[in-house]
Amino acid sequence: MSTSTAAPIPVAPVRAPRARRRGRVRLLKYVVLLLFAIVILMPVYVLIVTSFKGGGEIDPAHAWSIPHLWTVDAWRQAWNGLSPNLGNSFKLVIPATLLSTLLGSLNGFVLSKWRFPGADFVFTFFLFGMFIPYQAVMIPLTQLFEDVNFPAGIPRLVFAHIVYGIPITALIFRNYYATIPEDLMEAARMDRAGMFRTYWSVVLPISAPAFVVAAIWQFTSIWNDFLFAVFIITDPAKWPVTVALNNVTGSFVTPYNVQMSAAVLASLPTLIVYVLLGRYFMRGLMAGALKG
Amino acid sequence: MRRIRRWGPGLLLVSPSILLIAVFVYGLIGWNIKVSLSDWRTAVPSSKYKGLAAYRDLQSDPAWSVNLHHILLFTVTFIVGALLVGLTLAFLLEKGVRGEGFFRSVYLFPMAVSFIAAGVVWRWLMNPAPGNRATGLNVVFDKLGVGFLANQWYLGQDWGMAAMALPAIWALSGYVMALFLAGFRGVPEELREAARMDGASEFRVYRHVVFPHLRPVTLSALIILGHISIKVFDLIVAIGGKQLITQVPAVYMWILIYDARDYAKGAAIATLLLIGISALIIPYLVYTVRSERRA
Repeated sequence: MSTSTAAPIPVAPVRAPRARRRGRVRLLKYVVLLLFAIVILMPVYVLIVTSFKGGGEIDPAHAWSIPHLWTVDAWRQAWNGLSPNLGNSFKLVIPATLLSTLLGSLNGFVLSKWRFPGADFVFTFFLFGMFIPYQAVMIPLTQLFEDVNFPAGIPRLVFAHIVYGIPITALIFRNYYATIPEDLMEAARMDRAGMFRTYWSVVLPISAPAFVVAAIWQFTSIWNDFLFAVFIITDPAKWPVTVALNNVTGSFVTPYNVQMSAAVLASLPTLIVYVLLGRYFMRGLMAGALKG
Repeated sequence: MRRIRRWGPGLLLVSPSILLIAVFVYGLIGWNIKVSLSDWRTAVPSSKYKGLAAYRDLQSDPAWSVNLHHILLFTVTFIVGALLVGLTLAFLLEKGVRGEGFFRSVYLFPMAVSFIAAGVVWRWLMNPAPGNRATGLNVVFDKLGVGFLANQWYLGQDWGMAAMALPAIWALSGYVMALFLAGFRGVPEELREAARMDGASEFRVYRHVVFPHLRPVTLSALIILGHISIKVFDLIVAIGGKQLITQVPAVYMWILIYDARDYAKGAAIATLLLIGISALIIPYLVYTVRSERRA
């Protein structure tokens, strides 16, 4: 009897408000996420809109509006000013990225798969170099370059980025190689393969993802570097794009539209890499936090 | 002997890197400390020992205390802001939302842009010019009818460095989000389920199960943000240039070397930066390597 009275539980009326509330919470979530996205993209809007404005439209009255007349004048000016420095940046970033990635692969391999007594100590010894403020080596470094007559200009910067890139690249590759199953290494050992054979025919063929992660990381941080460049490169003709950009925009006579197009121009290479390979970029970031 | 033949080549292969790090990290740090203790105060190098003279100079230098005040305010605002925004974003994304990939890419994209380039826009956004020369956010405030919010931004006398932290928060909160997101996803689902079975409300599940699991991630984030903040340089140069009102130790060091040619004093700042960062990093490294070994 009691069961029959209890049977018609008013299921629907109870569930409906809860579902509606859940729906509202979900909506709120999307609204907040979208708001954050808008705030984060706001500088991008400003950059693009301003960079396509003509000289007459950059006054405060039109600060946030889209250009009446889209023009690439500012872009042309920015390009004329920065193109030699963009060239310098490429001359810097390509060899530095390639060499430091290769070095990182070898170091990471040894530190995880061909270990020697004290390998962990060496790794920690490396890692500290990743976190130091580079200011703490900058004065002696420039002095040393002078003392040993190191070829001036870009080569000094390439060298510096390779050396100070050793810790992060070793970290990225070591984390990655740690996931290679021991069985695979055991098989190589059975074949009496030496270190280089093992690296070349077992480890290297499956290293592509780590190479991409390390290369993106190095490319981005070397391209965006300002500190090393501003201390090491004294000849303005050899400045990479960051230093040149700061020089252009730091002088308050440069109009906003030119400043903005110069900033976009200087950021395009890393942004393109980010858009195409963002997934790997994220992995590099996580490695930077040590616990990949 | 056979064992050496086994690991010898590995050590040999890594030894050039060990040598480079030994010389260019540890050796040059030592050299820098030596410079800071010397009397190299002009363009002409000198290595005569002068003890702590440069440090004492710094201590009595009014600019230095301004620097310290600035870096403190900047660091606190930056760390609190980036942690809060990053945690909020991760919390909202944690259970999986449609378009998660899109949101993640948007939040993280500032990491791909240099502080120098970002500084160009942020200087425009935070333009302190009054009235008809105003640009950026002050104009927005005016148009939205909240003109009283318009302010001096990074040129504000007391809170300027807090405004300076805004672009840094913008740049790094996506990174903090990624860290926290990984942390959230690392909490075993069974644990949450078990707590729910015990009748815990969703709030209590977070309070007692999920958040305690985020402690190591929070520590990592704190240390990463902290060490970025102490040595902040590009951003300040891009937005504030060399003026004292936005000066921080790394910028002052640059001015001392390039304009004043006071190498000993510059090296002293660099050494102090290193000490500040080491106090954060060394315990962290030891802790990380140790817990890795235990795993």
